[in-house]
Amino acid sequence: MKYVDEYRSGDVARKVTAEIETLLEPGRSYKVMEVCGGHTHTIYKHGIEDVLPEPVDLIHGPGCPVCVIPMGRVDDAIAIAERPEVIFTTFGDMMRVPGGNGSLLDAKARGADVRMVYSPLDALKIARENPDREVVFFAIGFETTAPSTALTLLRARDDGIRNFFAFCNHVTIIPAIRAILDSPDLRLDGFVGPGHVSTVIGTTPYRFIARDYGKPLVVAGFEPLDVLQSVYMILQQIVDGRAEIENQYTRVVRDSGNARALEAIAETMELRTTFEWRGLGFISQSALKLRDEFADWDAELRYTVPGVRVADPKACQCGEVLKGVIKPWECKVFGTACTPERPIGTCMVSSEGACAAYYNYGRFQRRLETVDA
Amino acid sequence: MCLGIPGQIVEFVEPTHHLAKVDVSGVRRNVNVGLLAEGPDKVDVGDWVLIHVGFALSKIDEEEARATRQFLETLGDPYEQELAELRASDIQ
Repeated sequence: MKYVDEYRSGDVARKVTAEIETLLEPGRSYKVMEVCGGHTHTIYKHGIEDVLPEPVDLIHGPGCPVCVIPMGRVDDAIAIAERPEVIFTTFGDMMRVPGGNGSLLDAKARGADVRMVYSPLDALKIARENPDREVVFFAIGFETTAPSTALTLLRARDDGIRNFFAFCNHVTIIPAIRAILDSPDLRLDGFVGPGHVSTVIGTTPYRFIARDYGKPLVVAGFEPLDVLQSVYMILQQIVDGRAEIENQYTRVVRDSGNARALEAIAETMELRTTFEWRGLGFISQSALKLRDEFADWDAELRYTVPGVRVADPKACQCGEVLKGVIKPWECKVFGTACTPERPIGTCMVSSEGACAAYYNYGRFQRRLETVDA
Repeated sequence: MCLGIPGQIVEFVEPTHHLAKVDVSGVRRNVNVGLLAEGPDKVDVGDWVLIHVGFALSKIDEEEARATRQFLETLGDPYEQELAELRASDIQ
């Protein structure tokens, strides 16, 4: 219980964990998946697994946007970045993600003009300032970041900026959750729903989880107490025999989402027939591409990319980690051949990746000792 | 990239493109507030917002902003990195 004191309200946290205890059916275990990488980070950073009663197992889902990008797409990005006319812009997290042919950082070291940006609007500014170059933005992320790409594309169109291109890799959360629910590998009892994604999509798109699969989902904030309260709400539903979509994060998330954000996405992007997710394989209608109206800003149409599917390295078990089938520390190369300094898999790259979070907060050693014992 | 960081709107710098100057832990940069330009979450100078990659995604109250900032500070490096990236940003 030593970590509880670090919480915003230690007393409340203690009460919540005590109440969670009272909801447990003797002899039963509970598997709750947190879909969002931000939650994974909170869970490890604040030792929530140590605070929760033993029968409650938190399973880390595929909600780290960097982690789900397949190696082939990284190779495509590098192929674009290595063109002499291109300035390739990307969020910092994507720089170190290994493809089949190294990372964007390696490409930069070889001479490619790869620049880290905070926002797609920064990439647009670079395009404005370099009219003789072609500026490509590596658009990644769930519905949290898709509106920013959408609004940037609208701005590029309105301002007549023709040397800006988006390499679109935006993914959508709902098909990923459905794929996990359909996966035979895992039996889950409920979901801690993503906070910021829900700011955009609202809570209604999750209804099928309760209706068709009979599982509760509680949209949660990012503080430790938020996660604990959400676990409590999920367990309370199980005790009551309910399966509903609830919102613990009402102070930020509206059930209706953000209408303007959804409109901007719909105006600029449409669903792809299928898209490969690292670890989850191809999931139909799970990602976005630019609409025909934005073909002039589409990097995939502008450049020829290899477009080759690259298998993950044999030793890497990011797939199983992303599906929640194994814990990070159960991967054969975790903390040995694969570290944040020299990652083999994507889960070790981003601070929201389950492996990096586990590694950075030193929890793996204790767990390994437990296993050895 | 996925951290929502709280900032307070200091002024509108370019209303046509919904650009506003925000203060995030003392760092003042332009962000786009177009997603909160209308409706119940319409923002004004003095309001607090959660910012993702240069876009204000939700309006929050001051207490939530304060609590979120405190929480992010406990994360250490990821928040520092986000602030460093924001500092390097020059949205126009």
